[in-house]
Amino acid sequence: MPTVSFRVDGVDHTLDVDVRTTVLDLLRERLGNTAPKKGCDHGQCGSCTVLLDGRRHLTCLALAVSYDGAEVVTAAGLGEGHADGLHPVADAFLRNDAFQCGYCTPGQVCSAVGMLDELREGHPSHVTEDLDAEVDPDDDELRERMSGNLCRCGAYVGILAAVRECVASGGEA
Amino acid sequence: MTTRMLGEKVQRVEDDRLLRGQGRYVDDLAQGALEVAVLRSPHAHARIVEIDVDPVLDVDGVVAVWTYDDLTGPMAEPLPLLIPHPALTHGRTQHALAKDEVNHVGEAIAFVVAEDRYVAEDAVSRIRVTYEPLPAVVGVEAARSAEHLVHEDVPGNVAARLEQATGDADAAIAAAPHRLSLDLEVERSASTPLEGRGTVARWDPDAGRLTVWSSTQTSTGVRAAVATKLGLDLGQVDVITPDVGGGFGVKIVHPWPEEVLVPMAAMALGRPVKFTEDRREHFVSSAHERGQLQHVDVGFDDEGRLLGMSVQLWHDHGAYIPYGLIVPIITSTQALGPYKPEAYKVVFESLYTNTVIVTPYRGAGRPQGVFLMERTMDAIAAYLGRDRAEVRAANFIQPDEFPYDQRMTFQDGRPLVYDSGDYPQLLDKLKALVGWDDFESVRQEARREGRRVGIGLACYVEGTGVGPYEGAHINVETTGKVKVAIGLTSQGQGHRTAFAQIVADELGVPFEDVEVTSGDTRRMGYAVGTFASRAAVMSGSAVALAARQVKAKALRIAADALEAAEEDLEIVDGHVQVRGAPASRLALGTVAVLSNPLRYAFDEASKLATQFTVGNPDKPPVEEDDEPGLEGRDFYSPERSTFAAGMHAVVVETDPDTAEVKILRYAVVHDCGTLVNPMIVEGQIHGGVAQGVGGALYERMAYDESGQLLNASFMDFLMPYVTEVPERIEVDHLETPSPLNPLGIKGAGEAGVIPSAALFASAIEDAEGIPIRRMPISPSELYDLRRKAAENAGSVENAGSVESARSEPVETKESR
Repeated sequence: MPTVSFRVDGVDHTLDVDVRTTVLDLLRERLGNTAPKKGCDHGQCGSCTVLLDGRRHLTCLALAVSYDGAEVVTAAGLGEGHADGLHPVADAFLRNDAFQCGYCTPGQVCSAVGMLDELREGHPSHVTEDLDAEVDPDDDELRERMSGNLCRCGAYVGILAAVRECVASGGEA
Repeated sequence: MTTRMLGEKVQRVEDDRLLRGQGRYVDDLAQGALEVAVLRSPHAHARIVEIDVDPVLDVDGVVAVWTYDDLTGPMAEPLPLLIPHPALTHGRTQHALAKDEVNHVGEAIAFVVAEDRYVAEDAVSRIRVTYEPLPAVVGVEAARSAEHLVHEDVPGNVAARLEQATGDADAAIAAAPHRLSLDLEVERSASTPLEGRGTVARWDPDAGRLTVWSSTQTSTGVRAAVATKLGLDLGQVDVITPDVGGGFGVKIVHPWPEEVLVPMAAMALGRPVKFTEDRREHFVSSAHERGQLQHVDVGFDDEGRLLGMSVQLWHDHGAYIPYGLIVPIITSTQALGPYKPEAYKVVFESLYTNTVIVTPYRGAGRPQGVFLMERTMDAIAAYLGRDRAEVRAANFIQPDEFPYDQRMTFQDGRPLVYDSGDYPQLLDKLKALVGWDDFESVRQEARREGRRVGIGLACYVEGTGVGPYEGAHINVETTGKVKVAIGLTSQGQGHRTAFAQIVADELGVPFEDVEVTSGDTRRMGYAVGTFASRAAVMSGSAVALAARQVKAKALRIAADALEAAEEDLEIVDGHVQVRGAPASRLALGTVAVLSNPLRYAFDEASKLATQFTVGNPDKPPVEEDDEPGLEGRDFYSPERSTFAAGMHAVVVETDPDTAEVKILRYAVVHDCGTLVNPMIVEGQIHGGVAQGVGGALYERMAYDESGQLLNASFMDFLMPYVTEVPERIEVDHLETPSPLNPLGIKGAGEAGVIPSAALFASAIEDAEGIPIRRMPISPSELYDLRRKAAENAGSVENAGSVESARSEPVETKESR
């Protein structure tokens, strides 16, 4: 069995894994970090989203052996260094009633954090009309960019409001 | 003064934990437990000739494997038929593991337990089963034709036929000045919560106790089922429902095969065992809903008033019928909505097919009932050339007619009597909210721009808060903390917040001091479950009643301690005080200390209650008819359901070329009686609308003729993402309190999804001028309808032109 190393929410781990082990199963089954959830195991629902080396990533489709040495931040570690240990994006979800059962929420929040970084860096999306201009983060842009995360409770109105608020507040959010 | 909490948008106490990834769902528990994989049938209908499990036992890490032949006692019997009904003459349920025959793709055949899921799945792939395939019955038409049978001993594939009638509908239709007939269809969808089914069990051989954690909508139901199946006393089984990642109906079914197999395996192996359903399994081995064919005959007068209405339903309930006739009964009765036809007759047949079982999914048969009634209303309006809202208003039950007896029997076996409501006012609010009367100018303006828009509306009444009962237990600890236990479970509805609001108000304690536990049979052994929009009505009422008991006792004890009359006392901010004299007040925690006479002091507070400190030496320390502790326990059991209502309107734009449907506006008016937490209610409405958009425009179960589900993944079963749901849902509330419960609450959980199929059909029909009779509708289906309509009109060229749309009211050619 190959040996892999991961830094997860600021803590280093080195362990032997079955080559088939996904990053999601490594986090949940081997390291006991159950913040990312398994909703479909096929990269279609986004519940397993974490920040992997700073980018949002579907961990159910990532084999652990392919990401040896990676740094992972899950919803449980996002708040590190923030007031009350709560990331501003998580705080916006809280204030905008952006979830109900909470199962998709750790993935939604990680996805939103990664998405806001991409926006700041000027990445275009499928619906960006002018690829040369600065991206206008209107609702269509935000919805398109959050369209990898399913919420069966249908809290999308709140999710969009939360993300919109983070964009408006500019900064880290 | 303590701030009133009822009716406030209080932020949910559940949220912080869930946001930080600290939610504890079943699969997050019992790390290191043995894990399960299930061998499922690849055939929709087949006889099992032989099962060879020998190769499995060679796989390293496999602990055990079960097939039907290994099951004994009650485990070898079919799973229970949960809701029997006299009309259900041919009820069939599955075995925990298939016996001799499989009746749908996905039916459980073998149960493998291994060190982890990877190994368990490896092992499952080694099991060799010899099948003798049988013809599959797929879809309502195939079931009705009965060319092949799902169960050999069920003639015609008919499990039940049930007729209800009030008045002579046929005669009324025959005598009516106008008549129409409609053939309608609603396709299958499913709950598909993001967390699938899951169960963990641990057997403690020293204590002789079994603990089961299950992702369920009824922990007491699972407890009874597990005890029965495993031959244990109820007192030996605890069922705990941890965080649940959505239910939407599917998790009210119990016991699932795995829900009894997992505890059985945990007892047999002496180790914790876990089953976590994967996504494909959820599609093929849990439950679906909605699929029905419908035929309506209606007779009406010049104003569109329903003089007689006769409805026939063919309901596809899948391979087995564990949940009885609840869904078609609800369709039959709730089709009536806010209306009062002079005569009404409905008959349904519930039919077996070789597909996944059908059990309630949010709305539970109401979306189909609303579809048939609202399609009828639109057809009448079109026939008469009248405004659609006006035709509905002509049929409304009026506010002074409550309680209104629909003279039918509802899903709980009780008379369908509406308790309260104000339908004309709801309609007025909706029309104002969406600008109904001004829509023609919107349409004309869009037309000038070459755009095609339409508006639709749909009305519904929802029987909520069905019995038999729910209870609550409240205990005030000596710290002043108030511990509340309710028996039903939570799947994201914010129960811990809403019920704490009620207790805070009733008892006069700070909201922060109230802690609510749900779905734990150790804390509340008598409960029914979370379904039928009943939690707020049932548990909310029980919580209020139990809190009133606690308050009465607190006042009695405090009156004694403060040497005041009970009627002069009040509880404010967690303290009992003489009204208007807060200086002499007693903390509720101190009252709790005084309520429990002690021999032993274990802290400073408890010294107050020891035997040399309190009590009248001439009386027993605990008086007759009293109990130690500051506690309350009560149950709420209503005579019948309470009826919520609502009306939705949607404005859509249909693409003239691609036939895509875009939502421009979505408006909701809603009456669920007294609002406990408007933020939670609006969240429930938003969620229902999102599922309704899915059900109307995207979701369906695509079975092929051999019974294979072709779209069993989130890639192919199109649930809405944030891109498909309107960014704003305009909501207005009306509060007509229910007279049936102490707080006037009506249920709200399912409402948002109920009118959607009818609503979108109404709006698309309005935009296109083509009758819509079948939902959901995809762009290609709409395109096809356009083509056919144009062919019928003899002009293919005009199919896509804006001018051809909605020139005249549609003649449906259904009048006799």
